[in-house]
Amino acid sequence: MAFNNDIRNIYQKELADIRAAGIFKEERIICSPQNAEIEVEFPAGASRKHVINMCANNYLGLSSHPDVVEAARKGLDSRGYGMSSVRFICGTQDIHKELEAQLSKFLGTEDTILFPSCMDANAGVFEAVLNEQDVMISDRLVHASIVDGMRLCKAKTDTFKHSDMGHLEEKLQLHADARVKLIITDGAFSMDGDLAKLDQIVTLAEKYNALVFVDDSHASGFIGKTGRGTHEHCGVLGKIDIITTTLGKALGGASGGCVSGRRELVEMCRQKARPYLFSNTIPPVVVSGAIAVLDIISKTTERRDKLERNTSFWRKGLTEAGLIIKEGETPIVPVMLFNAKLSQDFANELYGEGIYAVGFFFPVVAKGQARIRTQLSAAHEPHHLDKALAAFTKVGAKFGILHKTKQEIIDQYGL
Amino acid sequence: MSELKKIILDYVKKEYLEEDDDREITYDSPLISGGIVDSFSMVSLKRFLETKFTIQIPDAKASPEAFDSVDNIILLLEEFNIR
Ligand SMILES: Cc1ncc(COP(=O)(O)O)c(C=O)c1O
Repeated sequence: MAFNNDIRNIYQKELADIRAAGIFKEERIICSPQNAEIEVEFPAGASRKHVINMCANNYLGLSSHPDVVEAARKGLDSRGYGMSSVRFICGTQDIHKELEAQLSKFLGTEDTILFPSCMDANAGVFEAVLNEQDVMISDRLVHASIVDGMRLCKAKTDTFKHSDMGHLEEKLQLHADARVKLIITDGAFSMDGDLAKLDQIVTLAEKYNALVFVDDSHASGFIGKTGRGTHEHCGVLGKIDIITTTLGKALGGASGGCVSGRRELVEMCRQKARPYLFSNTIPPVVVSGAIAVLDIISKTTERRDKLERNTSFWRKGLTEAGLIIKEGETPIVPVMLFNAKLSQDFANELYGEGIYAVGFFFPVVAKGQARIRTQLSAAHEPHHLDKALAAFTKVGAKFGILHKTKQEIIDQYGL
Repeated sequence: MSELKKIILDYVKKEYLEEDDDREITYDSPLISGGIVDSFSMVSLKRFLETKFTIQIPDAKASPEAFDSVDNIILLLEEFNIR
């Protein structure tokens, strides 16, 4: 009975502190497949409600697509359920190699290695390719999984202000003497929905002999004319040395991630990346589904084109309704409310109107930057977006924030 | 001395605050424990001091405590006879 009352009290107090700080996270229970419309039980025990989902990373609407489900089922029948092994002992099937080859082709890279998740890819890649003679120079707003990966790596660290190319250049000059300089950025930033200036980053990398790392989790499959990602959008296909991405969002939404890029760097991951060496990779059923996803999106750009249309409709609609959004071109559209409590109240009212979206506030975003993050999907039909827009307009009017400036909203609700 | 302090404070503000960040930083503000300078970004502060004053600060001396405020940094520089 080592877990005695004194010890229990320590944790109960910590949990109480999290609650008191207003940052206690509650799960909402979805009782249907992931889609544009879902059945939700919230709070736990409440009666189920049919709502339009505006907060999934299901950008291409493939999470429950019949062709993907069917391919996964076939994979289950032909390759079984699990591997009971890590990759390099007896955990690699032909379909794992096939998926790796397809990802390289889709992303326009030399080679690819699968990881259990993109979190794992980011946790493993830096330590595998860099050592204490090197430096990692990261954008200050990179994803938490990159921060963790950098912590595990012995290379020196430095940062540049978000998307500030002048600052990045100063840092490249400052670290001119490092063996390898790696510039690290997200492709699409998940909280603001803005894109990295990869064209300028690549130019700087070439000027200062640095490598470029991009986490394209919120871009792979739909950003760029044929959906290859931020590098396609910025005209630098083939010039990114390391891309990490996830299969857990647009690309089927189940799970899994990868490191894709220069052959030698990918090979270093196969030799040294700990989440690859010491954890089972993606199961056959998910691999089979992901192969079907890449087949679908390599054949036609229909889904990313529809997503793009949905995105323009939604951005224009919210703006015309008088709400403040973060400008941009991605299907991540933050509706700015600035005040933390307002963001929570707004989301609750939306839920009452049958629209599921989540409010984000400090510490997930900066203080005074509270928002509802909406995300579009190719699964959204015009009637979904019409209904969601009507709800945002109604709730916005109720709180009296339509056609108000940022300052007016702050004056009314505080920061 | 106050000249030196100002140079360092100005650098910290320019390097670590965003344009719309109106946090007040003074000579005794906790930089690292106060979340203004994260551990990933500390290296540029060290590099700045080394280049500016042509010194080499050994890693053992470049602790988060030694860099935690402009006042602390001044104490560290005194060890290098910079005042
Ligand atoms: C930018 C970014 N990288 C990595 C991840 C982690 O992806 P995964 O779910 O595959 O671990 C996420 C997911 O939240 C993300 O947004």
